[in-house]
Amino acid sequence: MADSPVLATHNPDLQHHFATMEQQTEAAIMGMWVFLITEIMFFGGMFAGYMIYRFMYYQAWLEGSQHMDFWWGTINTVVLLCSSLTMALAVRATQLGLRKTTVTLLMFTILFGLAFLGIKAIEYYGHIVVDHQFPGPGFRFAGANSSQVEMFFSFYFAMTGFHALHMVIGVGLVAFIAYEAWKGRYGAHYYTPVENVGLYWHFVDIVWIYLYPLFYLISHIHRK
Amino acid sequence: MASTAVAAPERENYLNKEYGIGSWLFTTDHKRIALLYLITITFFFFIGGFFALLIRLELLTPEGDLLLPDTYNKMFTMHGQVMIFFFLIPAVPAVLGNFLIPIMIGAKDLAFPRINLLSWYLLVIGGLMMIYTILSGGVDTGWTFYTPLSTHFLDTHVIAAALAIFVAGFSSILTGLNFIVTIHRMRAPGMTWSRLPLFVWANYATAIIQVLGTPVLAITLMLVALERVFNLGIFNPQLGGDPLLFQHLFWFYSHPAVYIMILPGMGVVSEIVTCFAHKRIFGYKFMALAVIAIAVLGFLVWAHHMFVAGISLYAAMVFSLLSYFVAVPSAIKVFNWTATMFKGSVSFSTPMLYAFGFIGLFTMGGLTGLFLAALGIDVHVTDTYFVVAHFHYIMVGGMVMAYMGGMHFWWPKISGRLYPENWGRLAALIIFIGFNLTFFPQFVLGYLGMPRRYWQYSPEFQVLNVLSTAGATILAVGYLLPMVYFLWSMRYGKHAPDNPWNAAGLEWKISSPPTTFNFEETPVVTWEAYNYDEIPEEVPVG
Amino acid sequence: MFSNTFPLWPTRASTISGQVDALFIFLLLLCGLMCVSIFIAIVVFAIRYRRRPGHVATQIEGSNAVEFAWTFIPAGIFLVIFVWGAYIYFLERTPPKDSMDVYTVAKQWMWKFQHTEGQREINELHIPVGRDVRVIMTSQDVIHSFYVPAFRIKQDVLPGRYTIAWFRATKAGTYHLFCAEYCGTNHSGMIGDVVVMEPAQFQSWLSGGGPMGSLSQTGQGIFQSLGCSTCHRMDTQGRGPNLMGIFGKPVLLEDGRTVTADENYIRESILSPAAKVVSGFKPIMPTFQGIVSEEQLNALVAYIKSLSPQPSGPAQTPTLKVPDASKADSRQR
Repeated sequence: MADSPVLATHNPDLQHHFATMEQQTEAAIMGMWVFLITEIMFFGGMFAGYMIYRFMYYQAWLEGSQHMDFWWGTINTVVLLCSSLTMALAVRATQLGLRKTTVTLLMFTILFGLAFLGIKAIEYYGHIVVDHQFPGPGFRFAGANSSQVEMFFSFYFAMTGFHALHMVIGVGLVAFIAYEAWKGRYGAHYYTPVENVGLYWHFVDIVWIYLYPLFYLISHIHRK
Repeated sequence: MASTAVAAPERENYLNKEYGIGSWLFTTDHKRIALLYLITITFFFFIGGFFALLIRLELLTPEGDLLLPDTYNKMFTMHGQVMIFFFLIPAVPAVLGNFLIPIMIGAKDLAFPRINLLSWYLLVIGGLMMIYTILSGGVDTGWTFYTPLSTHFLDTHVIAAALAIFVAGFSSILTGLNFIVTIHRMRAPGMTWSRLPLFVWANYATAIIQVLGTPVLAITLMLVALERVFNLGIFNPQLGGDPLLFQHLFWFYSHPAVYIMILPGMGVVSEIVTCFAHKRIFGYKFMALAVIAIAVLGFLVWAHHMFVAGISLYAAMVFSLLSYFVAVPSAIKVFNWTATMFKGSVSFSTPMLYAFGFIGLFTMGGLTGLFLAALGIDVHVTDTYFVVAHFHYIMVGGMVMAYMGGMHFWWPKISGRLYPENWGRLAALIIFIGFNLTFFPQFVLGYLGMPRRYWQYSPEFQVLNVLSTAGATILAVGYLLPMVYFLWSMRYGKHAPDNPWNAAGLEWKISSPPTTFNFEETPVVTWEAYNYDEIPEEVPVG
Repeated sequence: MFSNTFPLWPTRASTISGQVDALFIFLLLLCGLMCVSIFIAIVVFAIRYRRRPGHVATQIEGSNAVEFAWTFIPAGIFLVIFVWGAYIYFLERTPPKDSMDVYTVAKQWMWKFQHTEGQREINELHIPVGRDVRVIMTSQDVIHSFYVPAFRIKQDVLPGRYTIAWFRATKAGTYHLFCAEYCGTNHSGMIGDVVVMEPAQFQSWLSGGGPMGSLSQTGQGIFQSLGCSTCHRMDTQGRGPNLMGIFGKPVLLEDGRTVTADENYIRESILSPAAKVVSGFKPIMPTFQGIVSEEQLNALVAYIKSLSPQPSGPAQTPTLKVPDASKADSRQR
């Protein structure tokens, strides 16, 4: 941002087919946004299905969501929000050229990400091993509407599963960025990859911000 | 390779700059990637074509006597999957679009050359998975994967096929993403939106659909695979799953996918018609608006595939009405192409013959779409051969015609050689005749009530089926011919001048074949698209 | 006859088929005209303005007036087609009140029909001329589609719910019944005949099947043997709602919503009783998923419908149950 255009044109990070550094940065950021739109459509298919069935099988959805662990879900939301904060700070630190701060903040982001996945694993363990709530022949549910509740859990595992997969990819990306940042690859002159990974990380965070109320909170309000 | 054996003084270009397998497999040059795509999709076209021939041979007689019923079901399933996901969707965008879009807008490459290479690899990986599916016994879900048939009632390689299409879908998404960013950010100075060739507009509209629609198909097929692997129960009617949910999600992508397949073809035809009428396009603004309108409206009509599926009466009426809206911009395009020839200087070169074929067959395909969108008629003809004929008129009569026309039109630019003109015209004629003989009888069959995907049928349908099969053999010859003379021309064809057709557009201002970075220096555009008034007419070809 | 081996137009055998054909012919003429004018324009332009020495193209930008004309004129024509098509569809999708019901179960790869009088048939459906027939269909496995080209009607048959097609045959004869939705290996073998008979012959066909109870009587038997009647009593004292007269009526649910007690609601209430519990009752009913077959379910639905004689079509049609004296060779045509 603060660079003079003369410096930008001689930037070693400028790829041959771009005219200016500015054009390259704009293209990269726009590419990431377009990619995130495809991600919205990807999750959107599942959200649409969730909504339709929630409307059709309201009773079963209510019962299913009683079996979510409200506290683990809430803690995970906080963990994820913290990771987004450290990610945002890391982008800022890169822009300011603070190499060590960047790496530290990225490490924290990874840590929070792993914590989220760990808690998710604990929850999955409870659902699958302890409560036999994984859909299929092993599914056990005492109560009315058991088949629709099984469908509720299908959505739970599909949606949080795909979200977790995105988290795993995100942790990998942040680790890569952290390594490159540690080598001094980024700085005020060039920080597009950090910014893009940040965008991706925030997107994955936002998906959770929708999953959390849809699976955990709605039941909490309706608990009798 | 095209230029290996030829005389030394040939200029350096993208083909002869480097040699060796590695220089192709690791290239980031959009033109070389386009050729990689060309080889890949041609391969799949002939695989899909082979399946089609088996289908037509089986239908020669009313009895099921050539193939087993399961084999027949696999043939039409894999014919659809291969042709749609591995030929039609990548055809014009990934081959011609990849090659031409950067050049047409005055850029050195696409915005993300490595992602471009990645999307080719994804198509190849998806393709290999598809080939694995085929070789290991095939899949018989129908290309539509309708649940619960695909999830609970078949034990063929549904998962492998779904994953193959999932991976190929990401290839398509990344191509679309690359095009959108490229067209937004990489245009040369002076190349404003209103100066873009319509081919670029068409691919831009296509890219929007690819980016917005394909992920929905991806997740839908993923859920089908998960339902089979992990017993997730999202589409399972035993648990109360709604079989229509799958259809809604599937058609939300797969109807716009029809426009992924046809819009780029419309772009090609706009380029060809202007060049061989040597005239500006009639109503440029409306042509550009029309493709965007089709892309947007295309997202709002998916349930017209489901009029008898069990959706509500009023939902069906809304979708029928919207389907008529999407027909309007298509009609505008046909009228404008026709009007472009008015007072032009029309040459009957091979690409123009394909463009004539496209306009005629697309018109028929489009008009039969009006029949299908009329609710009362759709109830009778949906899921019959009427639908089969309708979409083959659009997909084969429209898209493949346009693709062939485009390949002939830009072949001199791509290969640096000229193909034999008379052979080209002959092949175009054979394809046109073969196509109509194959698919016109199917309209009649459909109205008579012959359902699609039937391995055996009532004897009264036989005469029309025999006609159709006869047409298919002619069509096969028509498709093999260009393959032969294109290959021949790579070695023996005359060297092409930079602008053999006296055409407008940046791609004709650079050498044939282009150099690796396309332009010596970034061009500055000061002219409108299709400035044929400033270009001398071509001398009539002998 | 030549037209039998190589027909170019399908038989018309229902009231709706003439309407469909009329719109189809209108569209053929209209689109034929559009098509031919475009082709003529292309050919004329291509020849008249062919490239030749001494002829130069005239550059034309376009014309807004012309563009608007060929945007809005086709749009207007399309609207007309839409309205006409939607009108026919409305007729096709709105079964008349006083119809004869046939219950249908589709499975891979077979059509099973149950007449309300008790007759059952496989891959053959006998119906009388001139009578509105409602086909109430469900599938035991995958999606199928009930298609009779001569009637110009088609309706997908879904697992887990009822869909309904209706028609009124106008001409006696035997017509194709096709499955039109791809349903696996033997999809093309899932075909049958719709046999349309003169009413008198149909009567004797109905009474020719030997003694058997009507469908609702069968349903009543199942209702009692499964113990439904212990809770669903014909008074207000039962632990379940009284089913007398509920069919076709709105039902207030425990969660405050209201649904109409149609075939699909009765079906769902038997298979997933807790999903939509009637207001004032507890979700204590067990599911009968896997306990009753699709055919038994149809009988139960027919029985519950027979408890509400008036509102939406007669479940039982006594007029048809009169044993007919006129013996006819109805079975073999």
